[in-house]
Amino acid sequence: MRHTISVLVENKFGVLSRVSGLFSGRGYNVESLSVGETIDPQISIMTIVTTGDDQIIEQITKQLNKLIDVIKVTDMTEMDHVEREMVLLKVAPRQADKAEVLNLTEIFRGRIVDSSPKTYTIEITGNEKKIEAFIELMKPMGIKEFVRTGKVAIAREGVRKKG
Amino acid sequence: MKMSGAEILIESLKREGTKYIFGYPGGVVLNIFDTLYDDKEIKLILGRHEQGAVHAADGYARATGRPGVVLVTSGPGATNTVTGIATAAMDSIPLVVMSGQVPTMLIGNDAFQEADIVGITRPCTKYNFLVKDVKDLSRTIREAFHIATTGRPGPVLIDLPKDVTASKTDFVWPEIDVRSYKPTYEGNKWMIKQAAHHIAKAKKPVIIAGGGVILSGASKELRELAEHTDTPVTMTLMGLGGFPGTHTLSLGMLGMHGTYYANKAVQDSDLLIAIGMRFDDRVTGKVDAFAPHAKIIHIDIDPTSIRKNVRVDTPIVGDVKNVLAVLNKVMKEEINEQWNEVRKAWLKQISVWREERPMTYTWSDEVIKPQYVVEKIYETTKGDAIITTEVGQNQMWAAQFYKYDKPRTFLSSGGLGTMGYGLPAAIGAQLAFPNKLVIDVAGDGSIQMNIQELATAVINKLPVKVAILNNRYLGMVRQWQELFFNERYSHTNLDVVPDFVEVAHAYGAVGLRATKPSEVEPVLKEAFRIKRPVFIDFVIDWKEKVYPMVPAGAPIDHMLFEEQEKKPEKKLKAVR
Repeated sequence: MRHTISVLVENKFGVLSRVSGLFSGRGYNVESLSVGETIDPQISIMTIVTTGDDQIIEQITKQLNKLIDVIKVTDMTEMDHVEREMVLLKVAPRQADKAEVLNLTEIFRGRIVDSSPKTYTIEITGNEKKIEAFIELMKPMGIKEFVRTGKVAIAREGVRKKG
Repeated sequence: MKMSGAEILIESLKREGTKYIFGYPGGVVLNIFDTLYDDKEIKLILGRHEQGAVHAADGYARATGRPGVVLVTSGPGATNTVTGIATAAMDSIPLVVMSGQVPTMLIGNDAFQEADIVGITRPCTKYNFLVKDVKDLSRTIREAFHIATTGRPGPVLIDLPKDVTASKTDFVWPEIDVRSYKPTYEGNKWMIKQAAHHIAKAKKPVIIAGGGVILSGASKELRELAEHTDTPVTMTLMGLGGFPGTHTLSLGMLGMHGTYYANKAVQDSDLLIAIGMRFDDRVTGKVDAFAPHAKIIHIDIDPTSIRKNVRVDTPIVGDVKNVLAVLNKVMKEEINEQWNEVRKAWLKQISVWREERPMTYTWSDEVIKPQYVVEKIYETTKGDAIITTEVGQNQMWAAQFYKYDKPRTFLSSGGLGTMGYGLPAAIGAQLAFPNKLVIDVAGDGSIQMNIQELATAVINKLPVKVAILNNRYLGMVRQWQELFFNERYSHTNLDVVPDFVEVAHAYGAVGLRATKPSEVEPVLKEAFRIKRPVFIDFVIDWKEKVYPMVPAGAPIDHMLFEEQEKKPEKKLKAVR
């Protein structure tokens, strides 16, 4: 099963490679990983999306906790949380499709962040399904390239465990 | 007063109680070596290869329980420590390894003797540091010792750029608090209660004691638990000595080359009490078929050890000594009158297995059996010695035929299985215990992996004894080839083995040899009398194999025994 794990780490030199090294060294999957500073610049937060059965997820959580630089590990999947991802997508539509591109961007509450005579660059934020859906819709329009940030997640206030 | 980084380093090591540094000099650590030159309190033990220096520090740590300290130069000096560090990491041995590094401004430039040792050792250290500012140095050293020696111990590396050791600052000895590192020492009370309950109800319990018992100094508590509850104890390789091998409740080692009765007991048990061990594949054999009827209580300080390889019914994270102390207390209330009756049947069943297949080997009048050598070492020393081993057949025979009654008397590379460990480890142990008999049970293959360390023993007047079980083969691998690869002995015949007696002489040590069984005891006695390092070349039966044996991937009660060996030996090329 797929899990979104939030990892609070010391913002130290090499911490990313300690975490990614743990995943590669023990053969765990990483679907996406994003890192950024928190309100305390000495602490960073990583959001890791990984897959595995319960036993593997338990090991991943424990192994992450075992890393000296890791302060806290939270499996977001176990709690109510909000997930977001952003994609920047460059599309080169035919003249006839341009209106449709703008239309879809509007529907998905996206923004055009750059345009050229031949292309639009669109920013879309949302959960994974929304991003996937938008990419699917844009495919026939002629996607040139896109970049995804990977997921970030945060617990909803008044957290309680599911079930 | 301003002090240089090198001076701060030495002062910090003293405050951490360091008496010996195992090391090897080089360009970027010259500042440190220069400081050491005048120092009266810390002695540098010069190895002959950095790997040897790390193993020696490791042997020192295993024998004493104190962290081993290593100092090497950058580049090749640092990379040569990797096997030693990985060896210590797998067996949870506290080491602080300091490596020189090129000056900070050159890092990343592929400078002369530059290696990204922090990157290289990241997966095989508990933690590692690169010190970029001399102001961070003393705190880093303090943190390194703290991390290496607490929780589940392990090696920590500190990379020291040359300019950091040269630049000056005020010495401070700061209090430290690593907020993201808080090991759990006390076991969950409720879980301990549950464990006690399981033990009280069990009809066929077995304790499996691992290296954690020795690391946490819990032998006394373990013995109390075993005796109080009449529970037999088997040990992993790392656990040998954690419970007295001569005790009536001892089943010896379990697993691939464990005793028949230990493996039978585990497979038949209804409760396993796993203490400070991690269910290595050499212990469990086929995991799905491991102890099929047993509930499992697992006590370990490292949460990742629990439920990594086997299912666990009662997990207890905590320091083994603490947990056992509480468990023993709780246990006192749990025991009822029928206890002894229930246990009697189980212990009787075990003694039946014990009689059915005791640990034996076939005696020969003509050729020395390696097991006999180990037995004689045990008899001659009366078990009052520190035994180190190399890896392979020698290691297994040393584990099977010598009875370890005390912790920290059997030093062996368990997890990584590092050939070349035994001699330098013996040197480290001998340094810590100058008056103890320290014996490396070696093979002719393994001893050649760090044979240069004999010079370290000679120059430091460390009278280590090396019993080389010489079969002119990489015996353990040959054993697998014989049993599982149709006797195709691909590259396991060493053919040219040096004359170890002459090698010893060349290094200024003593060399002895035994070629007949009748010579074994006299030669051992002579060697133990000599107050110098001694190589003893035991020319052993090269056909001898380690039995019992569980083929890799089989359940641990599917054992092969010597008498099942029916194969004609004609295909073996006789080497003597």
